[in-house]
Amino acid sequence: MFRKTVRGGVHPCGHKSLSNDSPIRYFPLSDTLYVSMQQHIGAPASPVVRPGDHVLKGQLIASSQGNISAPVHAPTSGRILALAEHTAPHPSGLPVLVATLEPDGLDEWGALNPPSDPMALSPEEVCIRIGAAGIVGMGGATFPSAVKLNLSLNSQIQTLIINGGECEPYLSCDDRLMRERATLIIQGILLMQHAVQAREVLVGIEDNKPDAISAMQQAAQGSGVQVIPVPSQYPMGSEKQLIQQLTGIEIPAMSRAAASGIIVHNVATAYAAAEALYQGKPLVSRIVTLSGGAVTHPGNWQVPLGTLASHFLNRASGFNEKPARLIMGGPMMGIQLPDLNVPVIKGTSGILALTENEINHTNPGPCVRCGNCVRSCPMGLLPLEMAANIRSGELKKANELGLHDCVACGACSYICPSSIPLTHLFNYAKGELAQQQKARQKMENTKVLAQRRERRLERQAKEKEALMAARRAAAAAKKAAQQQKEEA
Amino acid sequence: MLMAVLPLTLLGAFLGLVLGIASRLLKVERSNVAEEIEQLLPGTQCGQCGNPSCGAAAEAVVAGDLPPTFCPPGGKAVAEAIAGKLGIPLDSSAMCDEGPRIALINESLCIGCTRCYKVCPTDAILGSAKQMHVVFEQACTACGKCEDVCPTECISMVAIKPTLHTWTWSQPTA
Amino acid sequence: MPVSSFPPNHGPHIHNSTGNTSILQNSSAHLPALMLQVMLALSPATLFSFWAYGWPSFILWLICLTSALLWESLLLKLFGKSVSKHLKDGSALVTAWILALCLPPWAPWWLAIVGTFLAIVIIKQIFGGLGQNVFNPAMAARVMLLIAFPVEMTQWINPAPVLDNMPSALTFQFPDISSSISYIFSSQALPDGATGATFLSDIKMQIEAGTPAHIATAVSSSANQPAYSVLDTGLGLHSGSLGEGSALLLSLGGLFLLWRGIITWQAPVGLLLGIAIPALLLNQASPELYPGADFHLLNGATMLAAWFIVTDPVTCPVTARGRLIFGLGCGLLAYLIRTFGNYPEGIAFAVMLMNSATPVIDRYIQPRIYGRSRRGQALAVNNPAADK
Repeated sequence: MFRKTVRGGVHPCGHKSLSNDSPIRYFPLSDTLYVSMQQHIGAPASPVVRPGDHVLKGQLIASSQGNISAPVHAPTSGRILALAEHTAPHPSGLPVLVATLEPDGLDEWGALNPPSDPMALSPEEVCIRIGAAGIVGMGGATFPSAVKLNLSLNSQIQTLIINGGECEPYLSCDDRLMRERATLIIQGILLMQHAVQAREVLVGIEDNKPDAISAMQQAAQGSGVQVIPVPSQYPMGSEKQLIQQLTGIEIPAMSRAAASGIIVHNVATAYAAAEALYQGKPLVSRIVTLSGGAVTHPGNWQVPLGTLASHFLNRASGFNEKPARLIMGGPMMGIQLPDLNVPVIKGTSGILALTENEINHTNPGPCVRCGNCVRSCPMGLLPLEMAANIRSGELKKANELGLHDCVACGACSYICPSSIPLTHLFNYAKGELAQQQKARQKMENTKVLAQRRERRLERQAKEKEALMAARRAAAAAKKAAQQQKEEA
Repeated sequence: MLMAVLPLTLLGAFLGLVLGIASRLLKVERSNVAEEIEQLLPGTQCGQCGNPSCGAAAEAVVAGDLPPTFCPPGGKAVAEAIAGKLGIPLDSSAMCDEGPRIALINESLCIGCTRCYKVCPTDAILGSAKQMHVVFEQACTACGKCEDVCPTECISMVAIKPTLHTWTWSQPTA
Repeated sequence: MPVSSFPPNHGPHIHNSTGNTSILQNSSAHLPALMLQVMLALSPATLFSFWAYGWPSFILWLICLTSALLWESLLLKLFGKSVSKHLKDGSALVTAWILALCLPPWAPWWLAIVGTFLAIVIIKQIFGGLGQNVFNPAMAARVMLLIAFPVEMTQWINPAPVLDNMPSALTFQFPDISSSISYIFSSQALPDGATGATFLSDIKMQIEAGTPAHIATAVSSSANQPAYSVLDTGLGLHSGSLGEGSALLLSLGGLFLLWRGIITWQAPVGLLLGIAIPALLLNQASPELYPGADFHLLNGATMLAAWFIVTDPVTCPVTARGRLIFGLGCGLLAYLIRTFGNYPEGIAFAVMLMNSATPVIDRYIQPRIYGRSRRGQALAVNNPAADK
């Protein structure tokens, strides 16, 4: 059978050269760090420190709670000032619980206890340690890595895929990481392979990063890790598309990749895993690309988690013109910051300040059915039909057309000559449908509760009745006995 | 003449017979529809629609006395289901769906009289005499029964604030 | 410190720009830029036709464009839409331009105005404006005009004498501007020898007269224009409407649009194949009755339709396979109408018929969703590691 190729996709201008020539620099500590308790998908971490506590760098400040969650560690040594709400780096602009940390300037690590030979640990132990280091999907999805590894332990894994695609324009943090720290990445990859007992490891890197490919190939020599260039085409870094490109396997709808024997992790996640197990360091900083036409000095920085975006932008660069839009993440799937006073979190791959010219925004026009969205959709959907249904309120019809297969990559919105906010419509519809589902669920619950209460009331009434009857009978008996007594 | 009249008469009689039989056999039970609609309703008998029970309300909406949007705790989802069942258009603009709401007990005013949890149709209020009462978010339908019986007016229906987990994108304006 | 807007915009935060071009990738940016490029692609063939048919054709083209803009603004105003915003998308101009290319080059002024009224008002705006029309406005307007004004719609002008092999029998002088205006605006009779039959209608008449002859001899017997030859006809030296002129220049325009990624290859290729294949087969069977594929491809509105009409996105299917089917259907129907129907040219009818089939094609030709079968069922999960 011939190999299935990745369909659709778009080729946005990469703008990678803005930032990919400058080596990773260390961003200095700011006066205050705002360490969010919600830096991952799932339940927020629950704080284990109190205001006034002194913490060392890497010390646990919040532990994971629930099945899907990740712990949070202190990005530097210092004093916890408060546990309070602060604007989250989220499009809603809603607040999130953060630990405010005042660095003492010593940047003193707590006790690091790396195992002497991480590869000698059992796979379960590796997963536990990766989880304890607070590692999440660093590509932006921020799904707790240990949970993902654990889930895949149950279903046997054939292939571990390491995602070095970095298909989002502007971003070059993974590119720089692979160029500069390939050895440690390969160590992390081997650890992950050990953790899921994968038979083969494929590293997919877009061919617009030749330096990263050669660095990784060199580091991977003799390790059994295959580094494979993939075409530069957005969204090549999307899990399903990368799997298809590298293995030819199409993940069935509504199933996880692990069920098909495949697991995908980001290169930065592999790097974090290596740091955690070989050096004992939990995840307390990450590489962030600072780029966009409006910044004077684009580049890549290793930024302590909790650093405010505004502080980062002003210290690391400055603006050469007023930015039209400030984005956290990539320009295709990232979020527009509601406010610059939001902290850098584990999933912050980039902070971009784009000019009016770069965003090339116009007001939406009518759909001319040009079919560009259909051709660009990597999932083979009909975005124009789905959008038309959503606009006329027919969310169910949109769902039947495959709304839930949409990966929200944004290729359709990007290509639409009429600038119709297709991806926005789909995300709106997904949220609305989820809420309707929740409402239905609640209605079912309510019905059950109401019926239970009715039965209980009935039972109580009956019991009361029976009790009354018994009392009456007792009273009657008593009376009769008294009468008898009197008569006697 | 007769050759023309006779077949037509026979045809008419036959078709009439078929229609008569069909109307007997395929009769739509109106009360069934009411029962089905009652199944769609929350069943809390809260009485916000002005009917004494959910069953009475279902009959009223079948008779056309109530619009399909009559049920506040049911919200948009129930209204859509009812309109779909009855095959009538839904004027959702007539519905002031302010999003999900929940009962909130003002702790400083609550005297622990237990009246509210006795009337709660879904047992969403927990408490005992002379104790603070708590509302279960999962079970409360914001029917407002507790609000009516509270002697100190310490219960109010408030909108549930979205969190990072429940927030969703709103419809694009353009 | 810049303050972000609230609520924030949904991604993607960048939009396709005109900067990048490639045949494989799509480079369309915003709608007005797209329409502008379509007009650019139409220009060479149009300029050539102005030269071949003289000033009247230019005046007619001008009337079409102006009246289309007027109709569009009027309707937008009536429907309470922003005139400046919607007029700027350029769709009315493109429609009017293509309609002008479908009219006889010296048609009277009112034909153009009625034509744009039909195209813009009846076919496009009444159906809901840009993107909502079922039929291709230019084609539907041409069909209506042809049925309502059969005489005016078949006044084909002989091209200007330029090449040596033009027959010397041209007995009229091309009019200057002032007399051109009088041709267009007054119902002055056209000069003797100015009009001639198109090759397609010539063939049709010959066949109907029961005198089937070889195509070369049949057409060369017609006065005032050179005999049919692939070169001359390909260049556009024959009588016909403006857009029936130069197959070569029209194709150049089409290839430009293809290169810019504004159109896709499926519909044009489908149409050309749909015409060429049956023409080739019937020509093989009996060459004296049926002209060959080259004749059908170079004559009539074949090239105009292939590059500029069946590629109209609004009225053609959205999927690649759907467009191929659409093009094939248009081509086949056009050939059938030309060969066996009442009209010598059938492209407009064929396009309208296939336009009405577009919703059906879109309903049944849909891409397969990733991870699902064609019927929409999720694929079976298969773990290569599990069964070892």
